[in-house]
Amino acid sequence: MSETPARSISVGLFATCLVDLTRPSVGFASAKLMEDAGCRVSVPQAQSCCGQPAYNAGDNADAAAIAANVIGAFEGFDYVVAPSGSCAGMIKHHFVGLFEDDPVMAARAGALSAKTHELISFLTDVLQVDGIECAYDGTVTYHDSCSSLREMKIKDQPRALLSRVSGLSLKESEESETCCGFGGLFCVKYPDISGHMVDAKVDDILATGADTLLAGDLGCLMNIAGRLHRRGSEVRVRHIAEVIAGMTDGPAIGAPAPLDTDKDKN
Amino acid sequence: MESTAGTFKENAKQALADAKLRDALAKLSDGFPVKRRDAVARLPEFDDLCDQATAIKEHVLENLGFYLEAFEARVTEAGGTVHWCRSAAEARTTILRICKQAGAKTVTKSKSMISEEIAINEHLETHDVEPVETDLGEYIIQLRHEPPSHIIAPAIHLTKDQIADTFREKHSHLDAARNLEEPETLLEEARGELRRKFIAADVGLTGANMLVAETGSIVLVTNEGNADLTYSLPKTHIAIASLEKIVPTLEDATTILRVLARSATGQDMSVYTTFCTGPKRAQDLDGPEDFHVVLLDNGRTKMLGTEFHDMLRCIRCGACLNHCPIYKAVGGHAYGWVYSGPMGAVLIPNLIGLDEAHHLPNASTLCGKCEEVCPMRIPLPRMLRSWRKKQFEQEKTSFVSRTALKAWAALARRPWLYRLAVAAPIAVLALLGREKGRFRWLPLGGGWTSLRDMPAPEGGTFISRWHKERQP
Repeated sequence: MSETPARSISVGLFATCLVDLTRPSVGFASAKLMEDAGCRVSVPQAQSCCGQPAYNAGDNADAAAIAANVIGAFEGFDYVVAPSGSCAGMIKHHFVGLFEDDPVMAARAGALSAKTHELISFLTDVLQVDGIECAYDGTVTYHDSCSSLREMKIKDQPRALLSRVSGLSLKESEESETCCGFGGLFCVKYPDISGHMVDAKVDDILATGADTLLAGDLGCLMNIAGRLHRRGSEVRVRHIAEVIAGMTDGPAIGAPAPLDTDKDKN
Repeated sequence: MESTAGTFKENAKQALADAKLRDALAKLSDGFPVKRRDAVARLPEFDDLCDQATAIKEHVLENLGFYLEAFEARVTEAGGTVHWCRSAAEARTTILRICKQAGAKTVTKSKSMISEEIAINEHLETHDVEPVETDLGEYIIQLRHEPPSHIIAPAIHLTKDQIADTFREKHSHLDAARNLEEPETLLEEARGELRRKFIAADVGLTGANMLVAETGSIVLVTNEGNADLTYSLPKTHIAIASLEKIVPTLEDATTILRVLARSATGQDMSVYTTFCTGPKRAQDLDGPEDFHVVLLDNGRTKMLGTEFHDMLRCIRCGACLNHCPIYKAVGGHAYGWVYSGPMGAVLIPNLIGLDEAHHLPNASTLCGKCEEVCPMRIPLPRMLRSWRKKQFEQEKTSFVSRTALKAWAALARRPWLYRLAVAAPIAVLALLGREKGRFRWLPLGGGWTSLRDMPAPEGGTFISRWHKERQP
């Protein structure tokens, strides 16, 4: 990283439930990127989820209880950063509204909102990271997740960072801004429609000829990877943090673990 | 019309399997959205105009009674009559009464979503008055006895070949061997059929894109000019509009016109924009002798001041439909009632009830594209969530989904318990999925795995691994 770690910014890493449960490497990559830029990164144990599954299902009482936990666990940091536009967007834009009848909690939610960022935009817009030293051998296409793009206004930031990765070439797809059909519980409630949407997304990705798909939200990535694999595609799928942190030795999302590590299993 | 919104899921499944519908909807993606984008790019002040248009409608909604009464006064001064109707039934009765008083056998109609909302065609037919749709798309679907599938392009669900087949079947008096390959030929044929109807009509029934309080005018926007023949040739003109269509002044109307066509079709202006004020005056060469405006509430005033208030700003441009990935997947008929797409998913539960329309607010990924393109800045995703909240609070979601959500939330609210609960399942899945990296099937995971593999977890949770590594 080009930044000197002179300042000492404290960052609470909100890992997100999907990273926590399915892809810890994204959490480690996120921490590395911020530590390289001079931040002190902490991962509070008292975190589970941002509450979005409850919120989007109309269960505001549970969403508010989960939000209150997040606020309590994270309000002591200078910044709160999540490797997801969707979860960062939930904290930034929707927490306050959950406490309409509680001005004290609403004020705390507002204060948290002001210092909450999605990882990539935090690196570029707040930490002003402009040089990264890593390599990735491949042609990449980038999917703009709906929340990153429309709630968090993230479009150029990931592309700026990817342009600094040596060996990487970016091939834009026609429909990079179109929803992949994940939508949280939507994908299991309306599987036919969701399946149609992710198929269209996969067609769009395959049309680029790219060998790697990147995005900043694990929900989209798992959805798209799942459909790519079902259709027999070899396209590798990774969270952008893994690539710009230079942590791409492990298997891509949904790819088999290398056999030679089996002996280390125990 | 009778709702099939309750079977949205089945409707959607059928729509997705309909190859002809797929062909028809595929054209939508390259059409309106591209034209809208280009039109917006050509007008640097587009965003400012949207803000102004939004402010105009918001002001109107705060002063609705004042402007509607002013409108009525101007219409009356001009020699017309305003009929206030609370419900669809009242509007049907009023329109039929005017038709009967005019001795009408045939009523020509220009496109009006409100006329669909009150199902006026069926009502007129059962009382021996023949309604004739004169908008090309509406004419086609009337021949096929179908409802519109899009608020500005009612026959967008059909391919050219399907329309040719319909014309061959319904225009049986014409040469069966005629060539109907070209869209222009289809248009000519419809025009020929409609010309006779225009001249024979006793009453012309139009909608209204706006009502102008300042002048008592109604504004009609079309690309075919059919509304102009509809209102000007018969002796009686009835315009039907829901009451939120009111704007204060002509200046305000032009502001909204500047964003309407650009948002809808990507045109700078529609081909025909007509301001109708009162019946024909002594010095006028043509125009109707009687002018009626049927003002319909049908649930609108109940939305004022609620979480659905902003929906009343809608100018029915269709941009949210044109850009919605769900609409583009299933088309308009799947939504099961008059309206469709994001605006339909918000409006329909207001008009026919949440029980019947329970699927519609849920059948969305909340991707936000609709709000992004809405010229009236309507927060559609927020309102979809409001419906979901009502459903949850009124316990109208399924027992299974409520229980599952509550069980998950009970854990998520208690991070320590959550950490304990997730560790074992994640470890097992990571172990089972290690070799392939993914699952083709998971117990209870059919919604996901019917079409996709499920990537296997890497192993361990991030938070436990982090704390193990950092605090050995």
